[in-house]
Amino acid sequence: MTDHIKTDCLVIGAGPVGLFAVFELGILGLKSEVVDNLDKIGGQCAELYPDKPIYDIPGLPSCTGQSLVDNLLKQIEPFKTPMHLNQRIESLKKVEEKWEATTSLGQIFLTPSIFIAGGVGSFEPRKPPIENIIKFENKGVSYAIPNKEIYKDKTIVIFGGGDSALDWTVELSKIAKHIYLVHRREDFRAVEHTVSLMQQLVKENKVTLYTNNQVIDANGDECLRSVSIKSKDGKIEILDCDDVLIFHGLKNELGPINDWGLGISEKQILVNTENFQTNLDGIFAIGDIASYPGKLKLILSGFHEAALAAQQAFKRAKPDENLLFRYSTSDKDIHERLGLKK
Amino acid sequence: MAIIKFIEHSGTEHEIDIPNGLTIMEGATKNKVPGIDADCGGACACATCHVYINEKWIEKIPQKEDSEEDMLDFAFEVKDNSRLSCQITVNDELEGLVVNIPEKQF
Repeated sequence: MTDHIKTDCLVIGAGPVGLFAVFELGILGLKSEVVDNLDKIGGQCAELYPDKPIYDIPGLPSCTGQSLVDNLLKQIEPFKTPMHLNQRIESLKKVEEKWEATTSLGQIFLTPSIFIAGGVGSFEPRKPPIENIIKFENKGVSYAIPNKEIYKDKTIVIFGGGDSALDWTVELSKIAKHIYLVHRREDFRAVEHTVSLMQQLVKENKVTLYTNNQVIDANGDECLRSVSIKSKDGKIEILDCDDVLIFHGLKNELGPINDWGLGISEKQILVNTENFQTNLDGIFAIGDIASYPGKLKLILSGFHEAALAAQQAFKRAKPDENLLFRYSTSDKDIHERLGLKK
Repeated sequence: MAIIKFIEHSGTEHEIDIPNGLTIMEGATKNKVPGIDADCGGACACATCHVYINEKWIEKIPQKEDSEEDMLDFAFEVKDNSRLSCQITVNDELEGLVVNIPEKQF
């Protein structure tokens, strides 16, 4: 198993607020580590609206979700903070005065403070609420492709109309026996080029396309054997297959956070407004996931929360040191931490 | 202002008085109508405020934009009268609108 990583603060969530927390911790001289369930940095800004303009960041009249993330990354660059992506914190345990947090990939952190900057929860694949689809999960039904080789010579049904569905249809058609692509309407959200590649594969009979159809059931014994689809006009068809891939995008789930004994109301974590600590000492919640009277789900509010929580994290990490309030314009320590030359 | 009737999948009805300018989703969630989750809070980014518009009303409601149609790909049991309730803003014309709530949101 991997070694414990000891750090001053563990930040859960690599969205704008998590990234700015790294900055606020960093200028106080605290080391942090970041964990995020997505495969990229930026949280909702990068996943949901990378190209949409944001107009309410103080001092930035307009920026896109992605450019905000890029700028924040530049701002925290001096701290060289490790980012642990593609994993979420599964469990949390109090060890004396510290917290031991374990990720889904088995990485363990030991830290006095944890900032939960989890936004609206972790992004998880959207799964059809159909009993038999859930039953055959990992027995033929998948939502991602860690290893495409297992699809060699298989008959696959792919659901979806976006980039993931179309990219994988094109890619897997090179090795699969046959692919059925099922989408609920005629139009595809994927880039035009991939759509035309797919249409070419349909002409070559490598892919069978069912538009105006949706998944309604799955059938099998030990393993999945077929899926049922229903067309707009009510016709049901059964497609024999070895595997089903569902690309219906991502949704947000609080997930294991629900089980940590935190005060939670309407999918948000209750905190105080002095330092944004939760009901558990050393566990803080900042950004969209935090809830307190008057809370606004704005990025700027999250930045404020990060700054105040960092002050308390300092006291927990260095209980014997005095924390003096300093301005970044003139403080030598801050300049040194930012790697500025005199 | 319009009184809008929400019918749950079980048949339970809720008549909600929604002020002009709010979306149907906001009216429903503020009044805790079950079955409208609205995870993303109205950003047209999640498809968990999916409703079916009563047939008589479809033409009286402004048409879907592309972003809503795209997002409906992620809803469960989408039909021709499917809409995302966060994309419909209430005005006086909607007085008496009837929407059905699907059995499940994704």
